[in-house]
Amino acid sequence: MKHGISAMLLGTALAFGAAGGAVAQDKNIKIGVLTDNSGLYADLGGPGSTVAAQMAIEDSGLAAKGWKLDLISADHQNKPDIGSTIARQWIDVEKVDIFMDVLNSGVALAVNNVVKEKNSIMINTGAATSDLTNAQCSPNTIHWVYDTYMLANSTGQALVKAGGDTWYFLTADYAFGHALERDTAAVVVKSGGKVIGNVRHPLNTADFSSFLLQAQASKAKIIGMANAGGDTTNTIKQAAEFGIVSGGQKLAGLLLFITDVHALGLKVAQGLNFTETFYWDMNDGTRAFSKRFSERMKNKAMPSMVQAGVYSGLLHYFKALEAMGGNPHDGAKVVAKMKEMPTDDALFGQGTIRADGRKLHPAYLFEVKKPEESKGPWDYYKLIGTTPGEQAFRPLSESACPLVKK
Amino acid sequence: MQALYAQLLVGLINGSFYALLSLGLAVIFGMLNIINFAHGALYMMGAFVAYFLLNLGGINYWWALLLAPIIVGIFGMILERTMLQWLTGLDHLYGLLLTFGIALIVQGVFQNYFGSSGLPYAIPDQLRGGMNLGFMFLPIYRGWVVVFSLIVCLATWFLIEKTRLGAYLRAATENPTLVRAFGINVPRMITLTYGLGVGLAALAGVLSAPINQVRPLMGADLIIVVFAVVVIGGMGSIMGSIITGFALGVIEGLTKYFYPEASNTVVFVLMVLVLLVKPTGLTGRAA
Repeated sequence: MKHGISAMLLGTALAFGAAGGAVAQDKNIKIGVLTDNSGLYADLGGPGSTVAAQMAIEDSGLAAKGWKLDLISADHQNKPDIGSTIARQWIDVEKVDIFMDVLNSGVALAVNNVVKEKNSIMINTGAATSDLTNAQCSPNTIHWVYDTYMLANSTGQALVKAGGDTWYFLTADYAFGHALERDTAAVVVKSGGKVIGNVRHPLNTADFSSFLLQAQASKAKIIGMANAGGDTTNTIKQAAEFGIVSGGQKLAGLLLFITDVHALGLKVAQGLNFTETFYWDMNDGTRAFSKRFSERMKNKAMPSMVQAGVYSGLLHYFKALEAMGGNPHDGAKVVAKMKEMPTDDALFGQGTIRADGRKLHPAYLFEVKKPEESKGPWDYYKLIGTTPGEQAFRPLSESACPLVKK
Repeated sequence: MQALYAQLLVGLINGSFYALLSLGLAVIFGMLNIINFAHGALYMMGAFVAYFLLNLGGINYWWALLLAPIIVGIFGMILERTMLQWLTGLDHLYGLLLTFGIALIVQGVFQNYFGSSGLPYAIPDQLRGGMNLGFMFLPIYRGWVVVFSLIVCLATWFLIEKTRLGAYLRAATENPTLVRAFGINVPRMITLTYGLGVGLAALAGVLSAPINQVRPLMGADLIIVVFAVVVIGGMGSIMGSIITGFALGVIEGLTKYFYPEASNTVVFVLMVLVLLVKPTGLTGRAA
């Protein structure tokens, strides 16, 4: 009998508790950083992205306002199947609200589908493919930092204008490489240049000499490297060996990160032109963030634009949730709110998020400094051109995204 | 046609790495019966030791060619003394799992401290530049790699197959008890052999440091291919692994030219074919 009463009391208490929870706004947020934690892209995203997310959580001050924030991270090993399996598990079991980083275009496109199907959120800061905001666009995805269209537009146009009118592509053989090659080739042709050939190499190749010899034999003025991370650094290093640059051909790094330049060293990397949307040494805001970030990194690395994007994207997400007064756990609704609000942070400046999920901010064309120009570690870039956000990315008039009303 | 010559030569260069690495594996397997999965990690350590020697000690490439194999070789001998020796007589699987675990730990530690994009190591001044061969521009350093690794491979083959020391070694693997009865310290010989195999891996690491980035995963990417080379060549056959190493480098090089998408699978296709036709490998004898 006694047991019966206490059970009833407990039941009533629980019922009250549940009712109370429904009245007050839910203030739980769970953030998942899904990235390459151990492979060739681990330096440009990887553990550094988790550090950036942690910093965003601390800097948001939400914990002091009664919010409960959780952060988890996983390694997708650059495999789309593993990425989408983790994504399902995170949404169904771990109740993750938002996916951050998700570098590697192949993985990103797979996770994009899962996130849409389950009405979750992805702020993609790592993947390059412009399809995320074009044919594959989704009401649950925001593409934050850069994409292949922007890289092609900025770097490609600048190089053709400087006289590089014949191109040969060295392309990583998966979604990202293909997208980057396609977008760059389009810009080259549009600017009056010609594409005379291409070769596709498997992801994560150690030796590029065969491919470089083919590029050399093509006699193209520009060898466009539509690859990333370790593949790009190996290409550049080995191109120097085979006398490609001294022979008059120019290498175009279509996607290069500061971690790649650091790995190559200025002696090899000097003179390369490429586009990024963030560099640690742009202004006081970026310098302050980057200094704090680098102190937390084991190898004292400065943040890449992917990692900076995780910080900036999360801060905007938090602002949207604060404006909504709680977390509705409804991906499309939160993303719609994020698109309504202008973005503003110390790292990317002011910007907006378009209907197709594309975040707009300026694109910077950099040149790698000569060793004698560099004043110290990580002092690597010279700014040589800026394209405003509205012109840098694919115009909505060319968009194939169904979310764009025409 | 010109392009073809160039690809053949480039294939030969890659083949020298395959040959050096598979030679070390073959020596270790042939003499110790251990499938050394840590080989890739030890190759990576060779490159890192060269990097540390240069950047911390100011010791140049040429000395690194000598010192790195010795340092990593000693590390290997410690591994053999403390761990591997307890596995003699057990199934191959135990050695494979142990060395695979060691490889993962070593790679993990390096990745933790040095990230994954690696560190730069410059080509030594004496080997900079290149020669125009008419059909291609051959970087002097690459030419050096082919010649040097060919010499090392042949010297190792000579040591094991043609000298008295090699004869002891081979006898000790056939019948350790009997050889011990002749007053030869068999465990010490086995330790030294493991050290030699590991040293060869480290040497390949130093050779590759100026070509590739010095990266924690540089060995992991390569080791699977090298295992395929050893399997094709015949497990434990010294000459077989040298010849197969160079040959597969060339075949891979040609694939990169004719059908680049398949360049990282062609070696495994060959492996499957060879295993189907001649399960002991091209030069292997039936056990």
